[in-house]
Amino acid sequence: MALSGLDIYKHLAKTNCRECGFPTCLAFAMALAKKQTSLDKCTHVSDEAKMRLESAALPPIRLIKIGSGEKVVELGNETVMFRHEEKFHHPAAIGFLLEDSLEENKLKEKLEKINKLRFERVGQLIEVNVVAVKQTKDDNNFINKVKLASQSTDLALMLMSGSVNALTKSLEILKDKKPIIYSANKTNFEDFAKLAKEFSCNIVVSAENLEELADLSGKVSSLGAADIILDTGIRPLAKKIADFTQLRRLSLLRNFRPYGYPNIAFIEESDLFRELSVASSLLAKYANILILRNIESWEVLSLLTLRQNIYTDPQKPLQVEPKIYPVGTPDEKSPILVTTNFSLTYYTVLSEVESSKISSYIMAVDTEGMSVLTAWAAEKFTAEVIAKTLEKQNAKDVVKHNQLVIPGYVAAMSGDLEEKSNWKILVGPREAAGITNFLRNLG
Amino acid sequence: MAVEFLKMKWANAINEVVIGATKQDGGSRSSVIKVGGQTTLPYLSDEGSIPNPPVIAYEIWDATPGDWSEVLKEPFGNCLGKPVEWAKKCVNEFKADLLCLRLMGAHSDYGNNSAEKEAEVVKDILKAVDKPLIIIGCGDDEKDNLVLPKCAEAAKGERCLIGSALQDNYKTLAASCLADGHNIIAESPIDINIAKQLNILISDMGLSQDRIVINPTIGALGYGLEYAYSIMERGRLSALNGDKMLAMPYVCFVGYESWRAKEAKALEKEFPEWGNEKDRGIAWEMVTATALLQAGADILVMRHPKAVGEVQKTINKLLEK
Repeated sequence: MALSGLDIYKHLAKTNCRECGFPTCLAFAMALAKKQTSLDKCTHVSDEAKMRLESAALPPIRLIKIGSGEKVVELGNETVMFRHEEKFHHPAAIGFLLEDSLEENKLKEKLEKINKLRFERVGQLIEVNVVAVKQTKDDNNFINKVKLASQSTDLALMLMSGSVNALTKSLEILKDKKPIIYSANKTNFEDFAKLAKEFSCNIVVSAENLEELADLSGKVSSLGAADIILDTGIRPLAKKIADFTQLRRLSLLRNFRPYGYPNIAFIEESDLFRELSVASSLLAKYANILILRNIESWEVLSLLTLRQNIYTDPQKPLQVEPKIYPVGTPDEKSPILVTTNFSLTYYTVLSEVESSKISSYIMAVDTEGMSVLTAWAAEKFTAEVIAKTLEKQNAKDVVKHNQLVIPGYVAAMSGDLEEKSNWKILVGPREAAGITNFLRNLG
Repeated sequence: MAVEFLKMKWANAINEVVIGATKQDGGSRSSVIKVGGQTTLPYLSDEGSIPNPPVIAYEIWDATPGDWSEVLKEPFGNCLGKPVEWAKKCVNEFKADLLCLRLMGAHSDYGNNSAEKEAEVVKDILKAVDKPLIIIGCGDDEKDNLVLPKCAEAAKGERCLIGSALQDNYKTLAASCLADGHNIIAESPIDINIAKQLNILISDMGLSQDRIVINPTIGALGYGLEYAYSIMERGRLSALNGDKMLAMPYVCFVGYESWRAKEAKALEKEFPEWGNEKDRGIAWEMVTATALLQAGADILVMRHPKAVGEVQKTINKLLEK
């Protein structure tokens, strides 16, 4: 939460000494709030005030990075309780828990399956992010399995172990992979915080309740581990939502430092549908990392799609560049279909044209990312706009016929559009699902 | 460390709407369904009360659905196209507490049934099962204006929930609901201002605020879900903050939207990387509903019994103290 000029003014010495170059302390405070000057220009500010002001200038929820290379994922730095207020910034990481009791070939098999969990939706790649390896046997076995995991996947790794020895040796192997240590608790936090500091990696802090968690995250942070992830333990769904709501509220609305970190949730449900239900609920309510037990493609596809929805910027709908796109290997005789540049609309049309196996062109009109009906109602998808786009995109040079297919929902503009564009208008189906049949019956 | 938690207290409660009427109230239902009444954001039970859990209504048709996938048709077997059998199956076998009858038979694509014929269907269903009923038109405004008043009359006194009233077509249905003692669904196109305006217009006709349910219009998972999600959150925040003209429960047509999604319908052999189509279709409906619960959905109109069962389990979990 950014401080106002008046909030800052309260902490200043109020000498009006002008050494900072401003006529009064209040003017200086106002400039500070707008980030036009810096606090070090003031020689009279007390150390305590300085600390408070500096901490207030930090983001209320720390941004942390997990993983390395191309697969690095940023988490935290969220600014709002509800996505319509601005947006949810950093999509929750989704991962899987694998126990080190798995035989090597089984472990490899599972990792291969996990690596394949990436899908393309509306022009974006959506994929999973984390592999957590949990120690259930001796240290050497754990270290070997961690090594195997790091060779078999590029995803971020989480090391779940209570053994300082096992962790230290694993961390030495994973040095530049920025793994996550799981986890510091009330009995081991000193050793674990030291490890996190030494290897500069992320560390999960686990506690049985929110009060204890505040206490512990403060202690771990004061021991020099900066990149903390909060874990409130295995709790019933309703309690978990209440916990995550408090973590976000207190960090955003009260700037409560001990909660100013991303969180993690483990979904301990063996049934796929139960696991997916709990994960979906928590994804909507503030979870930053979700760890599943099952590895199932339809489950992950559903969850990643929900993540894509929840983390879309409400002010900026996903859009494609307005232009004429070839689908397949179209030539000058191929049909040309017009739609809007809203990603969801465009990709839905695209996938239907593709499945018709009839090479075509799709012309995406700039409707500022609105769908067909919305854009039509808002006068962003009118005969005039479409006629202009045809001209601008040189549609006449792309195909040698002059037939344009328009969405069935805007059939009413046919006459007007024929007049304005000199193209012959063919009314297509209302829903994209009808495109395949339509195209097949066209020629 | 002593932490001062931040609990929100709100000025206003969501209206409680009663669907169905027992003998005592002049109807013939064995029980009624209450929705709304909460004084807190979704599932924050320690900040206010949630007197009525969200409910799931089974969607049934008076026609044979043309484009339902095999996965979706399978649980209903030979009941599809036989509304009375279908309704009985939902109540007796799937333990439905609430039914939503979609009068597709009135649509020109599905038989173009007369208003009188549709009214008979409503009567037959009310006779065959004793659970409260939601009645939805076929989506053709002109036809619905003929059909819905007849159906409202046929169900007089049963306190159904009937929809949908639209901004430019609400008077006929509102007058009908008023005359025959029903609740109304006010539908707006993912637009909070239109939702509010429509509630005002309907209230002005004399239908009290506790007889209106908002249909915010949803998109399925992956198909615009987030628009409805945020509209619902915004509406709910305004309502809790005191805006009485948005303090209506929400109804979401989850089954209708989610089973249109490509991911819910496509076969595994077309998209092997998406996994088996049976579980995927059910998951699509389930996740759509699960997310909307978090945005404040009060009535979920759903289709597949497995998806309904799973969402019911989630509702139970969300309400655990």
